[in-house]
Amino acid sequence: MTLLTVENLTLEFDTDEGRITAVNNISFEVNSGEVLGIVGESGSGKSVTAKSVMQLNPSNSVYSSETKILLDVDGESVDVLALEGGKELRTVRGGSVSMIFQEPMASFAPAITIGAQMVEQLLLHKKISKAEAIKISIEMLDKVGISDADKRFKQYAFELSGGMRQRAMIAMALSTNPKLLIADEPTTALDVTIQAQVLDLMKDLVVEFNMGIIFITHDLGVIAQTADRVAVMYLGEFVEQGSVHQVLKNPTHPYTQGLINALPKLDDLDAPLTPVPGDIPSPLERPPGCVFHTRCALAEPRCSKSIPQMTNHGEGHSAACFVTANKVEAL
Amino acid sequence: MKLFFWKKKPSGDKQQLKEAYFTASQGQLIRTRFKKNRSAKIAAWVLTLMILSGFFSDFLSPYSPDMSGRDKQYENGPPQFPIFWDENGFSARPFLYTTERHRSIETNFRWVLTDNRDKRRYLELWVDDWEYSYIDISWNLPGDWFDVDIKALTSTKHLFGMNEGGIHLFGTDKTGKDIFSRTLHAIYTSLAVGTLGVLIAFVLALVIGGVSGYFGGWIDSVLQMFTDAIRTVPPIPLFMAFAAFMPDTWSSEVRFFFIASVLGLIGWPTLARRIRTHLLTERSQEYVLAAELCGAKPGHVIRRHLLPSFTSYIIVDVMITFPYVVRSETALSFIGLGLTDPVNSLGSLMQNVSKADVLLNYQWYLIPVIFFIAFVLAFVFVGDGLRDAADPYSQTKK
Amino acid sequence: MNKKPIISCRDLSVHFPIGGGLFEQKQFVRAVNNVNLSIPQGSFFGLVGESGSGKTTLGRAFLRAVPITHGEINYSDGEKDYDLVDLPKKQLKEFRKRAQLIFQDPYAALSPRMTIRDIIAEPLEVMNLTSSREETDELVREIAHKCRLNLEHLRRFPHAFSGGQRQRISIARSLVSNPRFVVADESVAALDVSIQADVLNLLKSLQSELGSTYLFISHDLSVVAHICDMVAVMYLGQLIEVAPTRELFSAPRHPYTKALLSSIPNLDPDHQSDAQKLKGEIPSPTNPPSGCKFHTRCSYVVEHCKVVEPLLEHTESSHDVACHRWEELMNIKEIPVANLA
Repeated sequence: MTLLTVENLTLEFDTDEGRITAVNNISFEVNSGEVLGIVGESGSGKSVTAKSVMQLNPSNSVYSSETKILLDVDGESVDVLALEGGKELRTVRGGSVSMIFQEPMASFAPAITIGAQMVEQLLLHKKISKAEAIKISIEMLDKVGISDADKRFKQYAFELSGGMRQRAMIAMALSTNPKLLIADEPTTALDVTIQAQVLDLMKDLVVEFNMGIIFITHDLGVIAQTADRVAVMYLGEFVEQGSVHQVLKNPTHPYTQGLINALPKLDDLDAPLTPVPGDIPSPLERPPGCVFHTRCALAEPRCSKSIPQMTNHGEGHSAACFVTANKVEAL
Repeated sequence: MKLFFWKKKPSGDKQQLKEAYFTASQGQLIRTRFKKNRSAKIAAWVLTLMILSGFFSDFLSPYSPDMSGRDKQYENGPPQFPIFWDENGFSARPFLYTTERHRSIETNFRWVLTDNRDKRRYLELWVDDWEYSYIDISWNLPGDWFDVDIKALTSTKHLFGMNEGGIHLFGTDKTGKDIFSRTLHAIYTSLAVGTLGVLIAFVLALVIGGVSGYFGGWIDSVLQMFTDAIRTVPPIPLFMAFAAFMPDTWSSEVRFFFIASVLGLIGWPTLARRIRTHLLTERSQEYVLAAELCGAKPGHVIRRHLLPSFTSYIIVDVMITFPYVVRSETALSFIGLGLTDPVNSLGSLMQNVSKADVLLNYQWYLIPVIFFIAFVLAFVFVGDGLRDAADPYSQTKK
Repeated sequence: MNKKPIISCRDLSVHFPIGGGLFEQKQFVRAVNNVNLSIPQGSFFGLVGESGSGKTTLGRAFLRAVPITHGEINYSDGEKDYDLVDLPKKQLKEFRKRAQLIFQDPYAALSPRMTIRDIIAEPLEVMNLTSSREETDELVREIAHKCRLNLEHLRRFPHAFSGGQRQRISIARSLVSNPRFVVADESVAALDVSIQADVLNLLKSLQSELGSTYLFISHDLSVVAHICDMVAVMYLGQLIEVAPTRELFSAPRHPYTKALLSSIPNLDPDHQSDAQKLKGEIPSPTNPPSGCKFHTRCSYVVEHCKVVEPLLEHTESSHDVACHRWEELMNIKEIPVANLA
């Protein structure tokens, strides 16, 4: 079942320095029971994309007229951008869609206990009694692997370690049974051994609750182990999309290829590290034509003149590049 | 150190502009950001205007603000504005009517002023009138060695005057003193009090806050306790006590000096705390650690890293403290504990305002109040603008 | 590399007091605890660990940037020898010319009010290494060129540069005095992946060109695997394994190392990870567990582990490990993590 459909999302910010394009014409879908990974580096616009789903972007953001964000709320299709006013948005935020962030310390209010915040979240979205909310919250804390859940329920955020805080945030996000979870760099700030635990937990929860997850990260390894499908973002555009097998094993966009080559891999310690040449352009100076052409070894004259469309390289696998598209046609 | 240099805005192609941005020092960046802020720019102009009019108050005032300049013919007179045209015809030179006064039965034999519309008096520019000096310091402080008497840059030129009679743009008070002149001089007095007070507060704050923030540890704890103790001193009872014991023999300059010093002496704790905070933050920055790891001496660290980093903050802090000192002095003068009549300060000018008689009949006494409000607000807006410009990483953008 | 190790420490401990006002009992963060380590001269030595491992503190202890609670550290680069714990002030100044630190955060490590030329020149000026401005400029230009910074970059201020460029400036600053020993503390952690490789290659080429010794501190094992000759693994202030890189990654001995390696997400979606995932959380450094510090999370723990702390055993092939049971655990068939062709 399709939980979220995003069509032609284009987002610009109105700033003192002019209009900055943060996201340029991206489209994707998320189904239940599936993890969609969005991979990108700094300035790629992945966080902004995620926040658009819940209209969490600042007030100077301007969506284009073709942008459609359709969310499935209890069987009905809701246009998120048409929602106005706090009340309508609030039923969506935290109710059908939940979000977890990179820095769990920043998500919990420091002076209120974790339990109190979870109960507050529950009571906002479900018509249940306070006692029931407490029961559900403690169950949720237990389910995410926090030992002594009833003790932790009464503790404050600073009393928990990083990994536990992140689990508590997942518990809070999931307590309202959202159909869609947006995870914005949830494990970036965690140690690698703790990250492994949290990733396993998220995979289990997907199966159990049949949720859809949008997993945003810059770490390709995490995507490989956690996501079913992946979209690679660069400067606000999707350059490649497909299943993790297709994209990671057979990358067709030069940026994806460059990214994979730049990663140090443990199974070949002799291979040299090959960076992607150049620097990520500042959003104020978007390259004309293909956004990646300034750093691409395969760049041709037409790459700076027109924007390449997504070409198919297999079932569900597409990349936006003129040069590699030719290779497909040649076959 | 290039802080506020008048760098020409580079014209030319995009590359040049980018290069200019890349090589712009912190000071230049702050100036550019400040200029983008509309309200701050307007406030800066207002402030500059007021400061200039304060400095040139003698030149701009047609009459001396003390008793020697009073106009006996025009006591409690309403404001007069020169006009160009009336039923008698047009005149290129702006003019006023001659006022005559007589005692009237209707007002219980008080003076009543009437305009004689036929007799005109003309405005003149660049007149020669009463003498004044730009530098006129005569301190007669207690103790002999501190007495100073300098008079320099004397002139008799004034911007405007009348060929006969008086011109009172803001009217006069009950002794006939011109309120316009008094207001200009009051601005100057308030500026002087503010400057002196802020200077004293700033020097003290820099030393105490600086030592506290740089060394940390127990020195910090002890100095903070001292700072907090000073902060708890209540200003109004303090000034009441001072008002009681200040001898009458003190001239107004001495009183002024004294009040400004006291305001500075109780105003430094807030500034000191801010300096300390800035220093503590800067101390733990990584680039300071990098310098220390090379074995940089404290002098180098302070000079190269700490001082430049918080110069911009300190300027903002000083700008924001200034109106507080001026406001304190004004408030104290208003209630009679600070500078009183006949000294010209915004506070003493406002002292006369609280009477019902004034509010009903002589509303022009309130004009200095408008100036006071504008003065303080201008400082606040400029200070805010500077603070926003100096902190490029703050997220709050209007 | 047969000379004396450039840095060797014995029983080194760094404990930070926390809390403890006038009336409270002082608690200590045992950041580094009884560490014995030798860093061979001319090597690219990796130091890995997670949060609370003490790797940053250890690195800074080697530079005398943190107070040392007890132990000894010896520095010997063939020209000068120093006892780093009892170092008189004058010799400390000398030492600073030979040992430098590269910071992690490229945004915090550069003073925003100084031009790049001044930032890079600062160590030279502070340490009086040059006698004239021309000499300083010459050295600055040289190192800037090596770090691939253009001459026109020298006139600009830090706000003009991206993260990767700033890190290169930071490196240039640390290397301008040509130190023999460089501690790179998480130097690539704050950079994007596509730029990380660039900075790593730069560090490697600079090391071989200038012949210095690098201590590369990182939490990212894959990066360390590619760039370091030897690796030491830390956990809660102790060294638990030290080995040449190939050895460590193909045949790890300590259960923590094995778990660490298997926790790294593999780029191959079909890769079956062996079930070495750790349970539980890293204990707090103020209250470390008794005996072997790792015993609370180890899958192979026995009673002995909870009581007696294992020492770092030296073995042949300089593969040292601190675990009571490492030999038995070697016999258990395991899937090696790295396949060396």
